[in-house]
Amino acid sequence: MSAKWGLTELFQAWGFSYPGSAEILAALTSAVLLVGFIALAALFFIWLERKVSARIQDRLGPTRVGGYIGWAQSIADGIKLFVKEDLVPAAADGWLFRLAPYVAFCGTFVAFIALPFADGWSAYTSGMGVFAIGVLFMLAVLSTEVFGVILAGCSSGNKWALYGGMREAAQMVSYEVPMALCVLVPVLLAGTLDLGAITRQQSGWFFNWFVFHDPFTFVAFWTYFTCAVASCKRAPFDLAEAESELVAGFHTEYSGLRWAFFFMAEYGTMFAVSGIATHLFLGGWNLGLPVWSLFGAPADLAAWLPWPHPILSVGNLLNAGIFTFKCFLLVTVMMWLRWTLPRIRIDQVMSACLIYLLPISCVVLMGVCLWQLFVPPWWRIVVAYSLAAGWTVFVLAVGVRLFSSTSQFPQASNVAAIR
Amino acid sequence: MSVYAVLFYVLAGLTALSAVAVVLTTSIVRAATWLLFTLAGTAGIFFLLGADFLGAGQLLIYVGGTLVLVVFGVMLTTQDPRLNLQIGVAEWLIGLVTSLALLGVLVVSLAGLQEPPDAPEGPRSLPPSRQLGAVLLGDTRATPVAPLTGTPQLNYYARVRVHYLLPFELLSVHLLVVLIGAAYLARAKRRRVDAQPPTSSSAQGVAP
Repeated sequence: MSAKWGLTELFQAWGFSYPGSAEILAALTSAVLLVGFIALAALFFIWLERKVSARIQDRLGPTRVGGYIGWAQSIADGIKLFVKEDLVPAAADGWLFRLAPYVAFCGTFVAFIALPFADGWSAYTSGMGVFAIGVLFMLAVLSTEVFGVILAGCSSGNKWALYGGMREAAQMVSYEVPMALCVLVPVLLAGTLDLGAITRQQSGWFFNWFVFHDPFTFVAFWTYFTCAVASCKRAPFDLAEAESELVAGFHTEYSGLRWAFFFMAEYGTMFAVSGIATHLFLGGWNLGLPVWSLFGAPADLAAWLPWPHPILSVGNLLNAGIFTFKCFLLVTVMMWLRWTLPRIRIDQVMSACLIYLLPISCVVLMGVCLWQLFVPPWWRIVVAYSLAAGWTVFVLAVGVRLFSSTSQFPQASNVAAIR
Repeated sequence: MSVYAVLFYVLAGLTALSAVAVVLTTSIVRAATWLLFTLAGTAGIFFLLGADFLGAGQLLIYVGGTLVLVVFGVMLTTQDPRLNLQIGVAEWLIGLVTSLALLGVLVVSLAGLQEPPDAPEGPRSLPPSRQLGAVLLGDTRATPVAPLTGTPQLNYYARVRVHYLLPFELLSVHLLVVLIGAAYLARAKRRRVDAQPPTSSSAQGVAP
């Protein structure tokens, strides 16, 4: 790649030469863009969650606000939350109670500044347009979100909230270990912690993705995804909320905007862990089907149509769209899991982590090392191709089965016909 | 004064203020929160100085550590999670002597420092984490200026001497011992139940 640089240099090139002005403008632009993205994504995800849950439970979901698909439901909810009474319980530690939602949101927001949406499109770069330890940084700051949740539980002055917070702490401390071990697998293959560099090694066709690299990475992806669902405290791991047992868990006492901040943090974290999974295993911003590369064009779109700027190119914009789409798909899978699986008990949560996920992740890490050292190259290629082909066939078969199956229950039209 | 200098003073000031607040507050959960801000501020200073790996490591280790501190603070103190800590005169004296000694050491060592030479201009290119690992394994030939490319170069480092590996392994074993000890101390202590036959009345009462 030719010149790679960030927003700071872009603003300097546009004539902001006063010392510091370009840096401040770049920081403000990135912050506004990211907060806007997280807020809009949360609005969209809440609407999607309602529709997905409705579909799974054979309902319609929101249909009143914003046409038949109810697209404005989240906006209406937002207005309702904005005007709702904001209260702090008398038994709460007021300062910590007010602080907790912002701690949770800051953790999510700071994770996003290391997430590259396309080649060079991350808010923070430590020189040369890369952030050399991106994935480690994201994992580190995502745990701050959990701190906000536990703080909310401890400071609410409510036993349900305290239970929720303690459960979340126990869950997070356990699930961080297998999650980090699974993250190490693609890092080991790529030889770098830079998310952008890891993605650049997976360009081209989808059998180059690390998830199809060998059987161990395939297992590592699913183990990582399970731990990621747990780290977002989503069902079936939503012990911190557990509506049927703990009222609403850690946010029992919250209302209005502070409650909304918790949910922006939760949906932002879902996107962030999906982004890590996409970069590490699913080829990041690469489409995986570079048909254009058959005609001699480069497989990575990043350098395509470098206008108005090498880093703001049309190709990079397309790449960012592909990356966001992949993350949205993973978030949808999380919703699908939430509305399909029942919540598991706290002892099952612990045993699932310590008895199953932790040994699996250790075996996977050792296995990938041995694979790299001892398996001959032609055998690696055969296994990667057959994994990719087998998975494609499986997904296609499930898709065909889903869309071709007829309902076992009488449709409204059938009922009318029978009558 | 450049942006970086302003940011440094703001961050350092906030870090110092929250460090003072850790000591002054009497609620254990609040103290842990201030401690989190202190450690996060230190990590921010590391990031500002370009030591990304150190900053991320600081966050990764200490955020989790503070979290466990809150949990144990809540679980082990009393029924009330917002217990007020009372400080006696003896603690004041011990703390004063220790902190004055530490201050003296810091002032003496600061007085011996000289102003560093100006950093060269241009984009900072820091060694990637791959080289950190190589140095840890004893490779001393890792050059600090390496091109940050996507694909790793296939040059296998010749292991000259084991530099940091032995202390690293010793620390790991030490931590493992601490972990096992903590698990031993915190395990659920089951009282040995004396084998007594249940009385007939209670057995009848329990039966559905």
